[in-house]
Amino acid sequence: AAGVATWLPFARAAAVGWLPLATKIMPKPPVEKKSRNDEILFVNVSGLRFQTWKNTLDRYPDTLLGSSEKEFFFNEDTQEYFFDRDPEMFRHILNFYRTGKLHYPRQECIQAFDEELAFYGIVPDIIGDCCMEEYRDRKKENQERLAEDTEAENATDAPLPPDSTRRERLWRAFENPHTSTMALVFYYVTGFFIAVSVIANVVETVPCRPIKGSKKELPCGEKYSLAFFCMDTACVLIFTFEYLMRLFAAPSRCKFMRSVMSVIDVVAIMPYYIGLVMPENEDVSGAFVTLRVFRVFRIFKFSRHSQGLRILGYTLKSCASELGFLLFSLTMAIIIFATVMFYAEKGTKGTNFTSIPASFWYTIVTMTTLGIRLSKKGTTNAFLHYKEEGGFQLRENETEREMKRDSIHSFTNAADGDGALFLKNRSSFEHQHHHLLHCLEKTTNHEFTDELTFSEMCMTESIGYRTSRSTSISSQQGMSTSCCPRRAKRRAIRLANSTVSVSRGSVQELDTLQVQKPFRPQSRSSLNARTEDLKLNCDDRDFTAAIISIPTPPANTPDESLAPSPAFHSILRNSRSGSFTHETVKISSL
Amino acid sequence: MGAVVGTLTLQTKQRQPTRDKLDDELEMTMVCHRPEGLEQLEAQTNFTKQELQVLYRGFKNECPSGVVNEETFKHIYAQFFPHGDASTYAHYLFNSFDTRNDGSIKFEDFVMGLSTLLRGTVREKLEWTFHLYDINSDGFISKEEMTEIVRAIYDMMGKYTYPALKGDVPKQHVNAFFEKMDRNKDGVVTLEEFVLACQEDENMMRSMQLFENVM
Repeated sequence: AAGVATWLPFARAAAVGWLPLATKIMPKPPVEKKSRNDEILFVNVSGLRFQTWKNTLDRYPDTLLGSSEKEFFFNEDTQEYFFDRDPEMFRHILNFYRTGKLHYPRQECIQAFDEELAFYGIVPDIIGDCCMEEYRDRKKENQERLAEDTEAENATDAPLPPDSTRRERLWRAFENPHTSTMALVFYYVTGFFIAVSVIANVVETVPCRPIKGSKKELPCGEKYSLAFFCMDTACVLIFTFEYLMRLFAAPSRCKFMRSVMSVIDVVAIMPYYIGLVMPENEDVSGAFVTLRVFRVFRIFKFSRHSQGLRILGYTLKSCASELGFLLFSLTMAIIIFATVMFYAEKGTKGTNFTSIPASFWYTIVTMTTLGIRLSKKGTTNAFLHYKEEGGFQLRENETEREMKRDSIHSFTNAADGDGALFLKNRSSFEHQHHHLLHCLEKTTNHEFTDELTFSEMCMTESIGYRTSRSTSISSQQGMSTSCCPRRAKRRAIRLANSTVSVSRGSVQELDTLQVQKPFRPQSRSSLNARTEDLKLNCDDRDFTAAIISIPTPPANTPDESLAPSPAFHSILRNSRSGSFTHETVKISSL
Repeated sequence: MGAVVGTLTLQTKQRQPTRDKLDDELEMTMVCHRPEGLEQLEAQTNFTKQELQVLYRGFKNECPSGVVNEETFKHIYAQFFPHGDASTYAHYLFNSFDTRNDGSIKFEDFVMGLSTLLRGTVREKLEWTFHLYDINSDGFISKEEMTEIVRAIYDMMGKYTYPALKGDVPKQHVNAFFEKMDRNKDGVVTLEEFVLACQEDENMMRSMQLFENVM
């Protein structure tokens, strides 16, 4: 470095101090061939004249200006060194000699700068820390852009060599559709079918007018199921054909199969085949429904047709690490806040934050600024209810759809088409209904529960269970009767301290209360749905199990099980009215 | 806030010069020493005007503030001896240049020292060397002082020497030195003893002349 060079004479002079200690003679110092008188040099760079001490340039002897290489550029007539290079850049180069630090001028092009450095024999590594980061960033950016350019060049529409095989021609036709008319046609056809498939997916969920003879509205997918199935089949056939063709034509099949586009292709057509293969099994059908969601990935097939979509994909890929870090830090924050909330609310009775994972929900919703209102009383009922109100209209629609699908009910006149209105009506109605139920609970000092939690309680015989409420089996049968089946169920429910077999029996009775087999899953889910509905105005308290044994359940249940739906209602209604008078309610706190 | 703290530390520094690096840097950035005129320096030293100019240009380039503190000095000196640890020796060297003992070398000190070493008489050089060895400046070089110096010099060699440093080589070296220098065997070496002994050593005299053409 320049500094060291300046001090070298000093260090050498200080060596005199070693002399008395030396036992041998010192070696001779190197003889300078020419005198070291300092002189000013003139450097002319494209007309801009620079002047500097010779010493300055001699500081870095392994560069062009510091070595004898500059003699090649010496102009005898004008007694100056002439360089036909960029004068602006030379300023920075010369400053490097003067100060020992190389700076990177931000306004200059990175490649021009690199070229100048290469010409003057300066290694870019010595760029000072102040400018190193900028330099590195620009360089990386430049290299990436160059790589992209070369890639784009490689994928040009240059005509193929004449002796290419069919396979190669086919591949090229797939990659560059503009090369031949056939390719273009195929390109547009696939694009069309992708659009058709996506639109079909969307349309089949739109409600169509009901079939003749039934008042219920169907989604178009069910009404014209055959038509949609045919369309789906056609699309999948086209996609399969395209995929197989691409696989055949690909120069490297393994690489092709690993590429993102082919994975998307496979994911788009797989659900159909799996659906064909799958038996009409109830349990699996749930999974199958989920698989159908993957059909929506067909929309990503458009990225072959759209450059912009691909660029979006590259962008995400290139900032994947940053996105990953964002996700990680959000997760960290969620865990921290959830823990804090949990421990802060731990002492409170009837709090929502029953466990740290339960607090996750609150934290996520708050951090993403969705916001949910927690009732001041803060029971799970209220929580879940408000949660549903707050943003889960999807949920509402689901239950609504289930209700519609049920062929037995006839009381949902309120649900005649207008989803929003229905919702609103439900809400206000629900409020009032819940108020009623709540009053009842207060009166009896018991609370409603549902089958599931009850059976849990029976099995475990634990005290002070906090359960979610729900109840009505026939919730799909309309609001007005929602309390009744519950009532009926309550009648069927027995004390936990009775034998387990008895409670099992009661569960069986519950089963029989459910009129048809297919009802069960729906009713359970509707039970769960109702769980959310009935959360209003519930007190924050640990409720003791509301398990009552009622004298005459068996008498009722056979009737109930036999009755068809309208009769069911009447019986239930009767039983409801009767419940207040005839039933003896044994209060037992577990 | 930082500026307030900075000025406060600066003020304390002026009252009590400490050898704290930060304080030194602060002081150096605040203080800019300019040497006396060129003619004066020329008169005091044995250098020509051009030589002084070259020297000053180099010095100013490295130390724009015009002063060198011990840390910087050690750092610079260490760059010349990358194999070993030159800090101890640089410390003694610094002290010998720092004639005013104020913890910094100014250009005048620098030039004067160089003038002595490169252009001075033999006696001057020997006196300079004696002052270098005499760490506590009491006029005598004791065995301990010498051992320190010698050890410092051996430190600059580093670990990997050939032949490997075995035994207490510095001690042996010091003993040999004292054998030569201490005429009256009183355990210390005075300036006169030192000068006499060196002048008798022909090898040393020859070596001294070699160093005159450094500049």
